[in-house]
Amino acid sequence: MIQPPSRRSLLLGATAAAGTAMLGGCDRLGEADWFRRTLKTGEDANLFVQRLLLTERTLAPEYAQADISPWFKPNGTEDPPDKAYKALARRKFADYRLEVGGLVETPLKLSLAELRKLPSRTQITRHDCVEGWSCIGKWTGVPLSEILDRARLKSQARYVVFRCADTMDQGEDEGAEGDGTEDVSSGGNASPAMTKQSGGGEDKRDSGGQQAAEGSSASDDAPVRYYESIDLVDAFHPQTILAYELNGKALPVANGAPLRLRLERNLGYKQAKYVMRVEVVESFADIGEGKGGYWEDQGYAWYAGI
Amino acid sequence: MPRTYLTRSAPDTGEVEHRRWMFRHPAVIRITHWVNALCLLVLLMSGLQIFNAHPALYWGKVSTFDTPLLSMTSTEDDPPKGVTTVLGRTFDTTGWLGSSPGADGEPADRGFPSWLTLPSDQDLTGGRSWHFFFAWALVLNGALYLLYGLFSGQLRFRVVPQRDQVRHFAASVWEHLTLRFPEGDEAKRYNVIQKLTYAVVLFVLLPVQVLAGLAMSPAMDAAFPFLLTLFDGRQSARTVHFVVAALLVLFVVVHVALVVLSGFWNNMRGMLTGWFVIERRIEPTAGDDVREHRA
Repeated sequence: MIQPPSRRSLLLGATAAAGTAMLGGCDRLGEADWFRRTLKTGEDANLFVQRLLLTERTLAPEYAQADISPWFKPNGTEDPPDKAYKALARRKFADYRLEVGGLVETPLKLSLAELRKLPSRTQITRHDCVEGWSCIGKWTGVPLSEILDRARLKSQARYVVFRCADTMDQGEDEGAEGDGTEDVSSGGNASPAMTKQSGGGEDKRDSGGQQAAEGSSASDDAPVRYYESIDLVDAFHPQTILAYELNGKALPVANGAPLRLRLERNLGYKQAKYVMRVEVVESFADIGEGKGGYWEDQGYAWYAGI
Repeated sequence: MPRTYLTRSAPDTGEVEHRRWMFRHPAVIRITHWVNALCLLVLLMSGLQIFNAHPALYWGKVSTFDTPLLSMTSTEDDPPKGVTTVLGRTFDTTGWLGSSPGADGEPADRGFPSWLTLPSDQDLTGGRSWHFFFAWALVLNGALYLLYGLFSGQLRFRVVPQRDQVRHFAASVWEHLTLRFPEGDEAKRYNVIQKLTYAVVLFVLLPVQVLAGLAMSPAMDAAFPFLLTLFDGRQSARTVHFVVAALLVLFVVVHVALVVLSGFWNNMRGMLTGWFVIERRIEPTAGDDVREHRA
């Protein structure tokens, strides 16, 4: 005999079914273009309000020597697979030249020694990952404004783009022997060294991003390297530096050697590691997928102040 | 007699003598209530999605990775076990926390299971989009509720205990614990525990939750460094945000349970149409009748 379901189990079943349907509905809603755009207005509001609250000179909190984390967690790419980068690293970056180009009057090529001769800033700050964790480190580097002032921006200049050495997505091309991620690692293409704790589940947004990359002709065969962009408000902020030292020592490879961006009022994924080229542009619409950064192309917000 | 300025001329329903209609919830209260309910649900589920990106909590300025207050991990076994550690104690939470079946049914390494997160798959940026949009909605909706409540007198009616209620506090607690719900005139106002609970949710839990959320923003910390002082650091703020979320869930669970137990349809009609029925025990004393008509 099959027991007829009790009223209670029917009710529970109906609730569970409704819950599942709702959840599925929310997932589908979250994938609809118009709804995603609607949700994004929340992030637009974050940018608008935070720009109102912060002046161009408002500093991120700085900490004491005693607050420095014993271990500064590297995330994303920890050892760029690219041959060109490996060659530089073998010679302790003696051949490294930071290129400064784009909409500038005087393009520059600076060695590490030359960068170290420029005015420097040392700051003990907190690094906040979009995943939720934080570390405190002491950074020494050149204020980006010092470099931009020397290169002299053209009047159309609106954004500063950082081109990095590390390949994120393999193209058909040579140049890399594995892939990794930088600073955000919740995704399916996360580096194997990632802590298991961070959840190795499939990140839908990542696979979506890859499909999109496959679809566009520009990235068909070239490997996709990490890049990021910031606007001039952030670029000229006094704490925005290109750091070559962490905790008083040369920047380790895992943390972005030889040079990484520190953007202290933003989350970690904005703070590009392995910076090779600083490019001043009017718009980033033609770079990558046009969203202003590697993770932005995967759906992350361009503004990462929260 | 407590003031019952909420009663309006009831519709002529021809109800029997011991039922009285009361217009309890004005439109603004009803709308903000349901918007708030939706916001809390979405914020909870998208918040768990964000939490899953790094399912561990710490106290202080930074993450002390080796000594979390709470963590959810999975083992290397096949199939993997879910392990939750709380204040140094370890629990096997396979299937629920640390490791649970994903959309494909295969065990996945994730803090909270997919049926509790929004989106259901691992998708940090998706979770953030939902979370920020509905955080704005919660704050704007809450501001509307408070402003309206303040100027209409609704807030006082809902959260400020009256003198006689304070005097009979202990008795009210006992009534509450034994699930005896007030009837007649007494049902026209919120009881003292109800008022205090709403006050704590409105003026403690929700504001703390918003502030702790803001304290996690590096830009907000630059603008308002006192946020960090208030919570003893960003990682503490993240922990407080998690704990207060749990307390809000506890509030909603108790709230819904009491809605069901104290007359589900009456309460639902009240919060959907505004009209609420006051039941009266039939006590045939003339004085009672007179009082009722006056009220």
